[in-house]
Amino acid sequence: MAETAHAPGTSPSETARPVPFRGGGFAPRPRKWVGLAVFVALIALAEWGTRAGWISALTLPRPSDVLETFVQLYESGLLFRHLVPSLTRLIVGAAIGVGIGISLGILIGLFSHVRAGLVPLVAAIFPIPKIALLPLFVIWFGIDEASKYALIAFGTFTPMVVATYGAVDNVDRTLIRMGQSFGLSWVSIVRKIVLPGAMPGILSGLRISLAIAIILLVAAEMLGASHGIGAYILEAGSLYDLERLFAGVVILSVLGVTVSAGIGLVERRLLAWRS
Amino acid sequence: MDIRLEGISHSYGDFEVMRDITLHVPAGRIVCIVGPSGCGKSTLLRFIGGLERPRQGRVLQLGQAPQGCLNPLTYIFQDFALLPWRSVEGNVSLVLEDHGITGAAARAIIDDVLARTRLTDFARALPRQLSGGMKQRVAIARALAVNPAVMLMDEPLSALDSQTRELLMDDLISLWTRANFTAVYVTHNLAEAVRLGHSIVVLSRRPGQIREIVEIDMPLARRAFGDPELDLYQRRLWEMMRDEARAADSELLHG
Repeated sequence: MAETAHAPGTSPSETARPVPFRGGGFAPRPRKWVGLAVFVALIALAEWGTRAGWISALTLPRPSDVLETFVQLYESGLLFRHLVPSLTRLIVGAAIGVGIGISLGILIGLFSHVRAGLVPLVAAIFPIPKIALLPLFVIWFGIDEASKYALIAFGTFTPMVVATYGAVDNVDRTLIRMGQSFGLSWVSIVRKIVLPGAMPGILSGLRISLAIAIILLVAAEMLGASHGIGAYILEAGSLYDLERLFAGVVILSVLGVTVSAGIGLVERRLLAWRS
Repeated sequence: MDIRLEGISHSYGDFEVMRDITLHVPAGRIVCIVGPSGCGKSTLLRFIGGLERPRQGRVLQLGQAPQGCLNPLTYIFQDFALLPWRSVEGNVSLVLEDHGITGAAARAIIDDVLARTRLTDFARALPRQLSGGMKQRVAIARALAVNPAVMLMDEPLSALDSQTRELLMDDLISLWTRANFTAVYVTHNLAEAVRLGHSIVVLSRRPGQIREIVEIDMPLARRAFGDPELDLYQRRLWEMMRDEARAADSELLHG
């Protein structure tokens, strides 16, 4: 009798109960506003604490004071005198580093000799804290803008190279064989199959590289910069002017979020073919 | 254009995969290659299309490719090999661009091949939006666009479910009936082989050698699903292969 299946309701003494659900989860879904709510909650907490007095003014500046400092910075026109040189350094430095990084990464991905020659070199310079080389860059490129460009370029170059050749390595080889089987030229295969196929990896490398560029921006402005977000933060820090320090940090955070959102936009445009 | 294989042998190091294969593929016929897994049938197909070189022997093209043929030896792959970032028509245009065919000339070819594979309505869709059967029809359309002399089909239906496979077999038969293309068709599925092959080459297990060539005279258009005569052929092929397949299977287990 054990083998026969019972029709519903014919099972004599068993009680019917629903099968418990145990699937689901492990699948992140977009939840708008949650991220913003966390920010707002933390800031509200800090504001409440500093006003009520259980956070002393020495520990954390009052968020409303930071906002006021920021408004002053904007109204005095100083904001743009700091922001413009910083953005220039960021854009020029990152453009050089990312440009060379992607180009060399593609060459490493395509040519065995370049790979054999450069991969150990990249591995050797990747772990160097680029800030440690700042004095060297000052000697090489002078105390002016060139050394700052060089530092940011160098810092973005290494992660970009590694991300790019990894992305080229990961391009589906069956697609390349397909290109060859239809008699596509080498240039066409690289341009129409390898590059678009490597684009997801290149863009995620770009995300990391630009975050590093913002970190290095402050380091670059530690030496001989009178204007710039980094210089502003360092000056405020040495005076223990926490409101100004936080105003500068907020600018860097906003810069980071903006860059990340920008890359997200580019990804949605260039990688629309992915599900 | 005919294809002739002369004394093809191949090995990877000490690992002999193929021994002395000589075969003639006449124009306008479909030659199916069947054999147990690991007998080197896909490797053989890569030799024919020039994607890989055999250790010994040679592959010859006999005669001229027909007029307007852009790529005489054209593959259809098991996993479709479509560029996921190009639309259906973009994937077809890919293989025309390198021949300098763009604009109206390309448009005419693309429209023609998409119509022949019933994909006209999906010209702008991306591969991820298509079912497996549709993806393989795109790959067939792409192959037709270069007007091949010989189609090299590497398990083209193996990634599809059995119903889609039936539908695509009908599509292939009607395409062949219209154009009488030459094809080398590699498969492990004997039902496909007896439906589509004018001759069926049975390879032994590794090292792959030709065990027998079975000719089926029945016209392709008359070969229907479940035809008793085809079933007999299929049974005969299976009897020929069963012991080999079992031996090949246990060989893999022993490494």
